[in-house]
Amino acid sequence: MAPQPIDQAGAQGLKAWLAAPVPSSPFQARMQQLSLKWWRLKANPAALFGLAIIVLIALTALFAPLIATHDIYAQDLTMRLQRPSAAHWFGTDELGRDIFSRLVFGARITLYIALLTAVIAAPLGLIVGTTSGYLGGWVDTVLMRIVDIFLAFPSLVLALAFVAALGPGIDHAIIAIALAAWPPIARLARAETLSIRKSDYIAAVRLQGASPLRIILGHVVPMCIPSVVVRITLNMASIILTAAGLGFLGLGAQPPSPEWGAMLASGREFILTNGWIAGIPGLAILVTSLAFNLFGDGLRDILDPRHG
Amino acid sequence: MSRTAIAASGHSSDPGRTIFPSWLKASGRTLASFAVTLLGLAALTFFIGRLLPLDPVVAVLGDNVTQEAYQAMYKQLGLDQPLYVQFGRYIWGVLHLDFGMALTTGKPVMADIARVFPATIELASVAIVIGTSLGIPLGVLSAMYRGSWLDQIVRVVGLIGYSAPNFWLGLMGLVLFYATLGWVGGPGRIDFTYEFDLEPVTGFLLIDSLLAGNWEMFGNAVSHIILPASILAFSSLAYISRMTRSFMMEQLSQEYVVTARVKGLSWARTVWGHAFRNIAVQVVTVVALSYAFLLEGAVLTETVFAWPGFGRYLTNALLAGDMNAVVGCTLLVGVIFVTLNLLCDLLYRVFDPRTR
Repeated sequence: MAPQPIDQAGAQGLKAWLAAPVPSSPFQARMQQLSLKWWRLKANPAALFGLAIIVLIALTALFAPLIATHDIYAQDLTMRLQRPSAAHWFGTDELGRDIFSRLVFGARITLYIALLTAVIAAPLGLIVGTTSGYLGGWVDTVLMRIVDIFLAFPSLVLALAFVAALGPGIDHAIIAIALAAWPPIARLARAETLSIRKSDYIAAVRLQGASPLRIILGHVVPMCIPSVVVRITLNMASIILTAAGLGFLGLGAQPPSPEWGAMLASGREFILTNGWIAGIPGLAILVTSLAFNLFGDGLRDILDPRHG
Repeated sequence: MSRTAIAASGHSSDPGRTIFPSWLKASGRTLASFAVTLLGLAALTFFIGRLLPLDPVVAVLGDNVTQEAYQAMYKQLGLDQPLYVQFGRYIWGVLHLDFGMALTTGKPVMADIARVFPATIELASVAIVIGTSLGIPLGVLSAMYRGSWLDQIVRVVGLIGYSAPNFWLGLMGLVLFYATLGWVGGPGRIDFTYEFDLEPVTGFLLIDSLLAGNWEMFGNAVSHIILPASILAFSSLAYISRMTRSFMMEQLSQEYVVTARVKGLSWARTVWGHAFRNIAVQVVTVVALSYAFLLEGAVLTETVFAWPGFGRYLTNALLAGDMNAVVGCTLLVGVIFVTLNLLCDLLYRVFDPRTR
């Protein structure tokens, strides 16, 4: 959401527009808030570094067919287990496939899992949490009890159990991880809602006759979104680690998919002689989850100053 | 069910409102919700067990069986009963610690778990000792010297501990410390030569070899456990030091710290003698929780190190589609998790007067 790069004269106008003491439209007010946040983010080099890596990985995933140097499924047994070289930047694996190209396409799978999980888990957690917090009473008791039960399992163990029941595969892994990821978000949204529902503006809306559904969706959910975004960004790292773990155990993405965890697992056999086959995908997982952690920490300082 | 009843009666002891102190009533409520959570855990694992796309009869007998044998097994597994009866039987079994037979080993799941669990407990215990003994001092020191190079290093180490996949760290550790440097023993709990020398007493190799007075074997077991335990400890070290740091920072901003300093107490004495006492209970809670999380980390670490523990048993059961074992293991982890949480909660109430 950075201000778009524009020419000098335009920049002056934009700067003035963003710095105007009294915004003339809701849009301008929103943009001013955004630019303020961007300035605060720019003051945090670690978070900016994390964001840069995330953008880089996203671009890699987007332009994977242009970046990859080899066909990721083409096997060439004469070229197996090659060391990194000019032809194969990160070497080749046990079937002679180019590791660099597979890594590039693997970024797609990793981001696909992370984003889809977030898209399933965040709204689910948000709806359950706000409903529970706003309505209170037995709805609250029942929903929070369910959340407690889900929280009673470490997320990897719960995801493993769901994958075992659903069968291995990347889509099942996503469902399993999402099922394990929504409860903390619900907890968070509920806590936010409990403080929001006492505010005057909610009382005003209620006096005007708005239904609970309308209040929750239109007036409570938007207030909870910043902290949920922070939470899900920080969760991305653990989602990526869980997905890689499932792939490593052979329960996530299946071969010949270039999922990083699965690549790591196939390189495990050659770990003592050809360490890079497992080393490189592991490094990619580490860098990606580190980037999300750095960015999430920075985002929390900006959007959620209370916990900073 | 009996546990629910006992806990519920503790909770609804309203006539005793004046007799029982408020913290006891709160504890009763906690126990009641503990019981409800346990029941929910059982329901969730039951549900997961029924999701299986595989026909459970086929899973037991294989797919070329006669119709009569199929029907007999169908009846024996109770699949002809309505779902609530099946659930009732399941709960009954769980209360008697009976999770059925494991398909992969042909033994009762509970016996399997009892056999493999000591290996995991041993690994997790060594890991928590390493993680705690490093994590707490590092957290306190980085709060004491906030913004210094030490603080920065602890922060970076913590971030890597949070972000690194521990199965990858395990593999890289094996390459470096076992294959290249030869400092530690390889995968497994102990070298093959010692495997059958030991009469298992406690199931913990470190203790058993000491009891037998076999120092050579003890040294070998240590060389095998040190690497997986350190790698497991890394993530709990990250968590413990981060939480300790933030608890400590909160205390150091309090006025009593200033008072102690003004009275002439040294910085170290103020921190360790006054502030640390106030965070001790919180830190113990964090340690207990990270012990629970070690069980999760163990699933992947044990696979990498061929550690014959609970995590590897669970993984094998998963890959074989052995749902009885998966459900048993999952439920056990859940119960341990909830129990540790409960203990932390009670600990808070008993030792921290501020919560009363």
